[in-house]
Amino acid sequence: MYLSIATTHAPATDLGFLLMKHPDRAHDVELSFGRGTVFFPQAEAERCEAALILDLDPVALVRGRGGAEGVADQYVNDRPYAASSFLSVALNKAFRTAMTGVSRERPELAATAIPLEIVVAPLPAPRDGDLLERLFAPLGWTVDARRIEGADAPSRYVELRLAGTLRLADALGHLYVLIPAMDADKHYWVGDDEVEKLVAKGGAWLARHPERETIARRFLKNRRSLARAALARLAPDTEAEEGLEDEKAPPREEALEAPLRLHDRRLDAVVGLLKEAGARSVADLGCGEGRLLQRLVKERGFERVIGLDASTRALERAKERLKLDRAGGPSMERVSLLHGALTYRDARWADADAVALVEVIEHLDADRLPTLVEIVFGAAHPKTVIVTTPNAEYNALFDSLPAGAFRHPDHRFEWTRAQFHDWAQVIAKSHGYSVAFSGIGEEHPELGPVTQVAVFSR
Amino acid sequence: MNAPLPTLLDIPDFCLVVLIGATGAGKTSFASRWFKPTEVISSDHCRGLVCDDETDQSASADAFALVAAIAEKRLKNRRLAVIDATNVRAADRKSWVELARRWHALPVAIVVDPGLDVCIERNKARLDRDFGPGVPQRMIQEIHRGLRGLANEGFRQIWKLSSVAAIEAAVVERRPMWTDKRDDTGPFDVIGDVHGCLDELRRLLESLGYVVEGEGEAVAVSAPHGRKLVFVGDLVDRGPDVPGVLRIAMAAQEAGVAYVVQGNHDRKLSRWLEGRKVTVGHGLQESIDQLAEEPGEFRERVKTFLADLRSHYWLDGGKLAVAHAGLKEEMIGRGSPAVREFALFGETTGETDEFGLPVRLDWAANYRGRSAIVYGHTPTPDAEWVNNTICVDTGCVFGGKLTALRWPEREFVEVPAARVYCEPARPLVAAPETALQAEADRLLDHADVSGRRWIDTTLLRRIPIAEENSAAALEAMSRFALAPQWLVYLPPTMSPVETSARDGFLERPEEAFAFFRERGQREVVLEEKHMGSRAVVALCRDADVARRRFGVLSGESGQIWTRSGRAFFADAAECEALLARLRAACDSARLWETLSTDWLLFDTEIMPWSAKASALIEQQYAPVAAASHSGLALAHDAAARAAARGVPVEALRDRLASRAEKAARYGEAWKPYVWPVRSLDDLRIAPFHLLASEGATHFDKDHLWHMSIAETLAATGAQNVTTTRWRRLPLDDASACEEATRWWEELTEAGGEGMVVKPRDFIARGAKGPIQPALKVRGPEYLRIIYGPEYDLPEHLARLRQRGLGAKRTNALREFALGHEALTRFTAGAPLRKTHECVFAILALESEPIDPRL
Repeated sequence: MYLSIATTHAPATDLGFLLMKHPDRAHDVELSFGRGTVFFPQAEAERCEAALILDLDPVALVRGRGGAEGVADQYVNDRPYAASSFLSVALNKAFRTAMTGVSRERPELAATAIPLEIVVAPLPAPRDGDLLERLFAPLGWTVDARRIEGADAPSRYVELRLAGTLRLADALGHLYVLIPAMDADKHYWVGDDEVEKLVAKGGAWLARHPERETIARRFLKNRRSLARAALARLAPDTEAEEGLEDEKAPPREEALEAPLRLHDRRLDAVVGLLKEAGARSVADLGCGEGRLLQRLVKERGFERVIGLDASTRALERAKERLKLDRAGGPSMERVSLLHGALTYRDARWADADAVALVEVIEHLDADRLPTLVEIVFGAAHPKTVIVTTPNAEYNALFDSLPAGAFRHPDHRFEWTRAQFHDWAQVIAKSHGYSVAFSGIGEEHPELGPVTQVAVFSR
Repeated sequence: MNAPLPTLLDIPDFCLVVLIGATGAGKTSFASRWFKPTEVISSDHCRGLVCDDETDQSASADAFALVAAIAEKRLKNRRLAVIDATNVRAADRKSWVELARRWHALPVAIVVDPGLDVCIERNKARLDRDFGPGVPQRMIQEIHRGLRGLANEGFRQIWKLSSVAAIEAAVVERRPMWTDKRDDTGPFDVIGDVHGCLDELRRLLESLGYVVEGEGEAVAVSAPHGRKLVFVGDLVDRGPDVPGVLRIAMAAQEAGVAYVVQGNHDRKLSRWLEGRKVTVGHGLQESIDQLAEEPGEFRERVKTFLADLRSHYWLDGGKLAVAHAGLKEEMIGRGSPAVREFALFGETTGETDEFGLPVRLDWAANYRGRSAIVYGHTPTPDAEWVNNTICVDTGCVFGGKLTALRWPEREFVEVPAARVYCEPARPLVAAPETALQAEADRLLDHADVSGRRWIDTTLLRRIPIAEENSAAALEAMSRFALAPQWLVYLPPTMSPVETSARDGFLERPEEAFAFFRERGQREVVLEEKHMGSRAVVALCRDADVARRRFGVLSGESGQIWTRSGRAFFADAAECEALLARLRAACDSARLWETLSTDWLLFDTEIMPWSAKASALIEQQYAPVAAASHSGLALAHDAAARAAARGVPVEALRDRLASRAEKAARYGEAWKPYVWPVRSLDDLRIAPFHLLASEGATHFDKDHLWHMSIAETLAATGAQNVTTTRWRRLPLDDASACEEATRWWEELTEAGGEGMVVKPRDFIARGAKGPIQPALKVRGPEYLRIIYGPEYDLPEHLARLRQRGLGAKRTNALREFALGHEALTRFTAGAPLRKTHECVFAILALESEPIDPRL
C-alpha cells in the first residue's frame, strides 16, 4: 500500500521538518505486522513529496506472530496491499509528532494551512455512490478518485488523490480516521480502546462532520454499541438517531413485514391456537432464536416447551433470550433446546402434544417436505400440528417486492392458499387429522391474509 | 416347616433375583456365596454411597432410587441382578417386578427365613443395628403374610429357604434361558408359515436335503448333512393336512433336528385343545376337523407339543433370532409376557384396516439390532431383508410359495404352492415402488447420527467421530446438502506431498515417489490434477432406477454433488441435461452392459473452476490482483525516483520490483482455470474413478482400469467429457522417475495445477496397514493462489515449509475408509442409515480445524 504527501508551500523541503524525517534518507518504521519505509521521491524547494510504503508480512498475517492468532484466514487476501487500518497504524507510528500538530523546528508552519497533495492507493471504495466525496469534501479536500481496473471489470479500489489547503496535522488526522472508514473490511485493531482512538484523532472535526455517524460506524467495524458510545462522546447533544442500522440491509422479509408488526402478531396467534388446542407440551420445530418459545414459557399451561433448530448459533441466541442458563430463568426440566434437524426422526420431541412449524416449511427443499410430513405427522403423530407459511397471493400488495419474487431469499417456495390447502388436506387424509385454515395479519378481501395457517388435530 | 427343603435353586442365567428376609436373616452372606459382588445390589451399600452411613434410614428413598437405577442398567445390558434388601412388604416388591418386566427379565423371589431367634441374635451382634427384637419380628410376620401372594405379585420362580439348614444346604445353579440356544451354530434352514401345506413342506425338506421316512405315526426326519430346521410357527390352520405337518415337525424336534417357535395360530389351537373358549375363525376349523379324525393319543401329543413351544429362539452365537411375528432388539433372549405377545402378534396399533385385519406397526423399520431376525406371520410375495430382519412367510397356503432361508448362507430355497388352499383376507401386497429397505429407511433417526460416534469400517476398523463434529455435520447436512438418499458417497480430502526443501519450491514430485517407494509400492499412477470443482455423479439409466435403487422421491434421474454434499447445479434442468449427455456416453461405451448395472457412480472434476468459484474469484482473487498491481507499481515508481536522486533506497526499489513481478504472475496463475460459462457446452467433466455400480464397488480395480474407463468415455466423443492425462511409473526406474518429474514440470509450466500420485492399486497397503490413497503435487505457480502472490520470497517460503501434514493425512485416510465403507454398504443393500452414517462422518471429519491450504 502506498501513501504520499506533497506540498508546494515554499520552501517545500520544510515538509521534512514537519514530518521530522530527513528528505535524503530512508526511514524505517518497525511495525508489529511488518515494516514501513518513509522516503522522499522528490525534495525540491518548489515541491517536496514524502512517501510511506508498507511491506506487510503475509505469513504472519495468517499464522500470527508468537502466540498471537493471525488476523486473516486466507493467504490470498488484499490486506498486504490495500490501504486499511494497517496504514493508519503506520501513519501514527511514522508521523506521531506531526499528527499532534507540534513541530520543534517549524512551529508556525505546523499551525498553518498549506497546500497539500495526497495520494492513497489502492483504497477500497464502493463502486457506486459518492462515499469518498461525502467523507472528504466537507473537510476541505478536492477529491479525485481514479478507479483501478481489474482483469475484466473495474476493481473495488481507487487511486485517491486529494488536494487542499489544510494544516498537515489535520490532513494526517483525516487520513487516520477516514482510510479505515473507507475500508469496510476486517480491521487490524480489535475492540476495547477504539472509541478513544477515534475521539482522539477525530476530535473536533468529526463532531461537526455531516457524515459522522457513517464514519463512526464504519471505523468501528459496524459494531453498533461501540459506535453509539463513540457518538455519544463526540456529540453528546445529538442523540444517536436511527441511522445506525447494520451495513447489511435487513432481510427483505422483515423489512416488508415490519410495518405490519406481523411477526409478533403471528407468534401471538400461534400461542392462542396452542392454548385452544389444550396442549401441555409443545415442540417448536425450527425455533430459531426462540421468539415463540419466549412467549410459550410465559404461559403456565405449557408444562414442557421444546425448541428445535439446526443452527447452533440460533440456539445459543435462544438460550440467551430465554435466560435458560441463569438463576431465575425457566427450569431446564420445563424448557429444552435441541440441536436437530427436521430431516431426522427424533425421539426427543416426538411425544409432544403439539408441534408448531411457524414459517418453516417454505425453507425446505420440495423433495424434503414428504420426509418432514412423515416425521411430524407419521412418526411423531402429535395431537395438534400448527403450520404457518406466507400467502403468496398477498405478495402483490408489497410494492417493493418484484412480481414473482419471494419474501425471503432462502424461501424455496411460497404457496397460494389453494396450494397450501391441497397440501394440508392430503396430509390430513393420509395421517388421520382434521384440518382448519385461518389467517394472520391484514386480510385482503380477494388476496387473503398475509400469513396462512393450518391447524391439524386428531 | 411344611415346605419341602429345596436344595437346588435352578434359576435362569438372566433374571432379577429379589431377596426377601428380615434384618439379620443372612441375605447378604447368602448372596455373596452364590452371586458375584457386581451382581448384588445392596440397599445398605447404596445408603452408604449416598450419605456415608449404611444405617441412616432417612436416606432410604435416595438409596432405593440408586438400587433401582443400577438394577435397571444391569437388566438393560442383559445381566443378572440381585436386590439385597429386606423387601418384606408386597409394596416393596412391586417395583422390582415391574422393573424386571420392563426389561423382560424373569422376576425370581428367594425368601431367606432362618427363624426369628436367629435374626434377633444376629442383630444383637451388630453394633450398628441397635433396634430391639420387635423389628425383625414384625418383618417376619409381614413376610409370612405375603408368602402366598408372591406368585400373584408376578414372581415366576419362588424359592423358600425356611431354616438355617435349608439356607446352608441350598445350591444356586444357573441355566441358560430356554430360548437361548446361542451355543447351537447350526447351520439352519428357517421355514416360513406352513399352515398345513404338507406336500409343499415335504418337497421343500427334500430339496433342502432332509430325509423324511415313513408315513403317519411312523414318520421320521433326519438330517444327514448336519443342518437343523427352524420353523417360524403357524404350522396349523387353513391348509389341507395339518396333522401331517405336525407329525413332521414333532418328529424333527424329537430327533433333535428342528426348533419350532410358536405362532399365533398354534397358540390358539393349543388353547382350543386345552378346552378354553376361543373364537373359531381364520382357518382354525380346518385344524379342528382334521384333528377330529386322528386318534386321541395323537391329539394329546399335539396338545403338549403346541403348549410347550417357545416364543423365540436365539441361535448361532447370537447372530440369529427366530420369532413368529418378529422381535424387538431389547427382547431377544429374554422372557416376559410382553415378549411372548410381541413374538406372536408383532406390534399393532389396536386399529383394523379395511380388510378387518389389525394395522401393524412397522417394528422392522426401526430395528437396529445386531442379531438377524427371521420371522413370518405376515404374508408377502417375496422375502426381502429390511434392517437385518426378514419375513419368510411367502403365503404358501394362499397360493404363494413356501420359503426356507438357509443360514448362515442367507440363500433362499422355495417351493411354489400347488394351488390356492385359502383365499387371503387381504391380497398379498404387491411389491412397492421402492425396495422395502428403502421404504423402511425413508426416515433417518437423529439418534443414528448425533453425539460421539464410532463407525466400524473394514479398511481401518473403528473410526471415532467427535460430538462437536457431528453437530457441525448435522447443520451442514440438514441445511445445505442434498437429500440423503442421493448422498451415498463423499470424496475424501487429499494430502499434499511432503514439503520440498528445494529452493523456490514447496512441493516437488520426488517426495511423492519416495513416499510410496518407502511404503512398498512398486508402481504408481500419475494423473493430471484438474483445477475445477470436485463432483460426484450418480447416474441412473432413468428416473425409475433412481427411485428404486436410491429411493429418491424427486423424480430425478441422477444427481451431481460437491465435496460438501451440496447440489452442484442450482438448476435441476441443467443437472438433468448434463446427466443426459453422460448417459449417452455410457450408452455408447456400453458400460451398462459391461458392468450389468443400471446405475453408475463417478468421481469427477468439473471445469472451469470459475463455474462454481465465480464469487470467490470476484471477491477474493481478482481484488488481490488489482490491489497488488496498482500499489506496488506506485511504490516502485516512487522508490525509483528517490533512488535516482541519491536516496539510499536501491534495495527497497529492487524488492518492490520483485514483488511487483510476483504479483503479476499471481494475476496470471488462475487465468487457465477461468472461462465464461454461457451454456452447458462450456463445461468440461473429467471422470477419474468409477466408484460403484449395481452390486459392486470398484475399489478392487486398479487405477489403470479406472483410467481406461475414463478414456473409453472420452473416446465416445461425448460432449463435455474430457480426458485426464496420466501415466504409469515404475518407482524403481530412476530415469523413468526423472522423466516423470519433467512431465510434471511441463504440466505446471503450461498452467496446470499439478498432478496426483496414486499407488497403482486403489486400496494400497504398507507394512502398517492402508496407506494414503493419493498425494497431490502442486505446481509453484498454482500455489500462488493458495499461499498468496509472494509466497516464494525466501523469507516467506522458509516459514511456509513448516507445515504439519499429520492431521491432514489422518483425515484423508479416515475419510477414504469411510467413503469405501459407505459404498460397500450401499452396494450390499444396507439400510440408508448405515450408508448415511459413513457419509455423515466424512462431513463431520471435514469440520475439523485443519489448515485449508493443505
